[in-house]
Amino acid sequence: MKMVKSVVLAALLVFAPAFGQSALAQDNATAAAAAPAANAAVDSAAATNAADAAPVAAAVPAVAAPPRMKPTEGIGMPKPGEYTLQEQFTSTGRDARWLHDIMLLPIITIISVFVLALMLWVMFRYRRAANPVPSKTSHNTFIEIAWTVIPVFILLAIAVPSLGLLADQYKPAPKDAVTVKVTGYQWYWGYEYPDAGIAEFVSNMLPPEKALANGEPNQLAVDNRLVLPAGRPVKLIITGSDVIHSFAVPSLWVKMDAVPGRLNEKSFTIDKPGVYYGQCSELCGARHGFMPIAIEALPPAQFDQWVLSQGGKLPGAAAPAAAAEATPAAAAPKVAAKSAPVAPAKI
Amino acid sequence: MTTITATPDDFSGAHAHHDDHADHKPGFFARWFMSTNHKDIGTLYLIFAIVAGIIGGAISGLMRAELAQPGVQYLQGWASMMMGSEANLDQAYHLWNVLITAHGLIMVFFMVMPAMIGGFGNWFVPIMIGAPDMAFPRMNNISFWLLIPAFLLLLGSTFVPGGTGLGAGTGWTVYAPLSTSGSAGPAVDLAILSLHIAGASSILGAINFITTIFNMRAPGMTLHKMPLFVWSVLVTAFLLLLALPVLAAAITMLLTDRNFGTTFYDAAGGGDPVLYQHLFWFFGHPEVYIMILPGFGIVSQIVSTFSRKPVFGYLGMAYAMVAIGAVGFVVWAHHMFTTGMSVNVKMYFTAATMVIAVPTGIKIFSWIATMWGGSMSFKTPMVWALGFIFMFTVGGVTGVVLANGGVDDVMHDTYYVVAHFHYVLSLGAVFGLFAGFYYWFPKMSGKMYNEFLGQVHFWVFFIGVNVLFFPMHFLGLSGMPRRYPDYPEAYAYWNKVASHGYEIMAVGMGVFFINLIWSLAAGKKAADNPWGEGATTLEWTLSSPPPFHQFETLPVID
Repeated sequence: MKMVKSVVLAALLVFAPAFGQSALAQDNATAAAAAPAANAAVDSAAATNAADAAPVAAAVPAVAAPPRMKPTEGIGMPKPGEYTLQEQFTSTGRDARWLHDIMLLPIITIISVFVLALMLWVMFRYRRAANPVPSKTSHNTFIEIAWTVIPVFILLAIAVPSLGLLADQYKPAPKDAVTVKVTGYQWYWGYEYPDAGIAEFVSNMLPPEKALANGEPNQLAVDNRLVLPAGRPVKLIITGSDVIHSFAVPSLWVKMDAVPGRLNEKSFTIDKPGVYYGQCSELCGARHGFMPIAIEALPPAQFDQWVLSQGGKLPGAAAPAAAAEATPAAAAPKVAAKSAPVAPAKI
Repeated sequence: MTTITATPDDFSGAHAHHDDHADHKPGFFARWFMSTNHKDIGTLYLIFAIVAGIIGGAISGLMRAELAQPGVQYLQGWASMMMGSEANLDQAYHLWNVLITAHGLIMVFFMVMPAMIGGFGNWFVPIMIGAPDMAFPRMNNISFWLLIPAFLLLLGSTFVPGGTGLGAGTGWTVYAPLSTSGSAGPAVDLAILSLHIAGASSILGAINFITTIFNMRAPGMTLHKMPLFVWSVLVTAFLLLLALPVLAAAITMLLTDRNFGTTFYDAAGGGDPVLYQHLFWFFGHPEVYIMILPGFGIVSQIVSTFSRKPVFGYLGMAYAMVAIGAVGFVVWAHHMFTTGMSVNVKMYFTAATMVIAVPTGIKIFSWIATMWGGSMSFKTPMVWALGFIFMFTVGGVTGVVLANGGVDDVMHDTYYVVAHFHYVLSLGAVFGLFAGFYYWFPKMSGKMYNEFLGQVHFWVFFIGVNVLFFPMHFLGLSGMPRRYPDYPEAYAYWNKVASHGYEIMAVGMGVFFINLIWSLAAGKKAADNPWGEGATTLEWTLSSPPPFHQFETLPVID
């Protein structure tokens, strides 16, 4: 008996490190990639304020940022007393909502009502007063096969569009997608545009008075929004700096954990300009409930204007055409040149 | 190795002059503090679960009070009370996280599990298989007494620093790195140790049940003749035995990450926070079946008893539970759909999770088929069992919705999930507990409960929990995240409704406790078999309450 014990113990001791080892090995690659990125993020966070101020002050005909967009009541945010999913503004979001509203919800409602109806029927028909002598039936091969096989077919019917939806959600973003690095901090979000060379800026929740003064919903409004173009593919690279957070925007059908040491990717295209709110969706400590997300989706031209106003550069030398409409032609190259030193950065 | 195998011959000769020993009870201290009697230990477990349930339920009352309207009304005051000095907002918010953590851990580890497995399992598994006691009576004792320090450690953790404020504010999932670098102070260490001890207690209990069921069945009690409740506990015990060591490993690594500089879950040292989630949910998903399977067993016994019919499709029912247990081990990552898994992994876990609906459906339909053609009476245990079947169906179908990885992207970590798991646990497992409690109360106490109060309890509780939890589906669809002490104005309406639901439920619980105390003090004497011809399992052949040692002569099952 003792021998068995010691053999087991020895085996445990042998396997314990192996277990740990494999765990360590598993994500060496991502960890290595992410560690400098995280550091860079912290550095750039510190640098942001200065960088923000400098180009704007220095650039002579500074590009003005487009005016802060007003949210539309009930769009991109929950409605009072709502009992449905929020209106969707991405194609995968609409597909997913269709799957839920048109397939899943009716199916589960029918199943629940069917079970309830059966129960009420047996409770009525086979109550003791109505059926004093119980039957002795305890098998019926046909019905047992039926209630095994029919649910299988129902599940298959659900699985086909469901797996299709998953495949759609994972479609990689095209090369020209606007890339933003999203970093979760305790307890705010950081946004950085590596391709445009916009250094990380942070986004904090607005206090209630300010939110109300802005005409924005309390608990959802932030000071600096994540500005994205509407109608252009967007790729978010999401990570966490301290603990796990989760970047979630219900009206875009987006939820992706921000895990320290990992770079998670989420791609989507926002259909319409607007303000879309979300909230951190992974318990991250005391102020977990107070680090909302606000996305301001601008028409492409205004988005370019915003990029320039932040001292960013537009993709490709040939691109400034769009910017030219909205801004003095000279401004674009000037600002682009200014921000060049900032550009060789992250990821 | 000593021989402990008993055959009927060992007992039959001694039967006559040993009869008077059957009711020889030790003195108070020896009986309740050094108990080796499965029925007494079962009673201890039930008392423990009721105490823990009161605490866990009170905590949810605090949470519903705070959530009744937008804004933070009470947290700061409560935090100040706990700290003995003025608490700042962060400490108040931390208290919120401590409340959600404590509510989850208490209800899972110290209410549902002890009541289902420790309480009803201990009381009725030996009796139902015709055994005199559990296989390892003294191990049974230590299983129970380990729970006490575990519970004290958990309660104690709320009074020591845990990072931003007092107590462990990590959620019951204790995700790294919030539970490692994110929570300084000893609170999380105490909570981890509490889980270790509670886990050890459960593993010992599981070993005991498996040994008892495999070795101590009365002659003729083959596996395929065992009552379904015994089957459910057998499957549960295997789940415990296989799942809990993984939890122990996961939280041990948490402990070393926290205290000894290892980096299992720290990317900066080559570890991975998501590894913890895989390990936790490899335990955590079987854990949810651990909580519900004994409820399945209880409901099967009750439906059969009050329909006066044998269970329909007995073998299908038994093996459906085995299938649920087996498949339950390969679906864990549906709790992690948003961690950034690859699309193939997500597709696999979507499909595998949906498979569980099949054996679960078999059980639901078999219960209805058991009632079909029966002669049903609607005593309190039966109304609870009927409530269980329907509420579990509702909780089950929302599980099918959540199983879809692509849909879960928007539901994950919202109140939809909270609604789902409270429908299967708070309306499923807890309904199973109440059903079992009313069903076996006459057997355990020798007194009848009050039927009227039992029915009132059911209806008030049933309405209360539905008003409490159904609106959470709406909140979740609308996007309200879990574990939030405050919320935008738009979520105010359904939160208010839910908080009123809690009030109704609390009234129902009041009726339960009145019934309990009244019945124990002044209940009518219960007959050996108060339920009539439908109650065919062995416990109804014994007196109410059963003798201190039953089956000194083993019953023979034909």
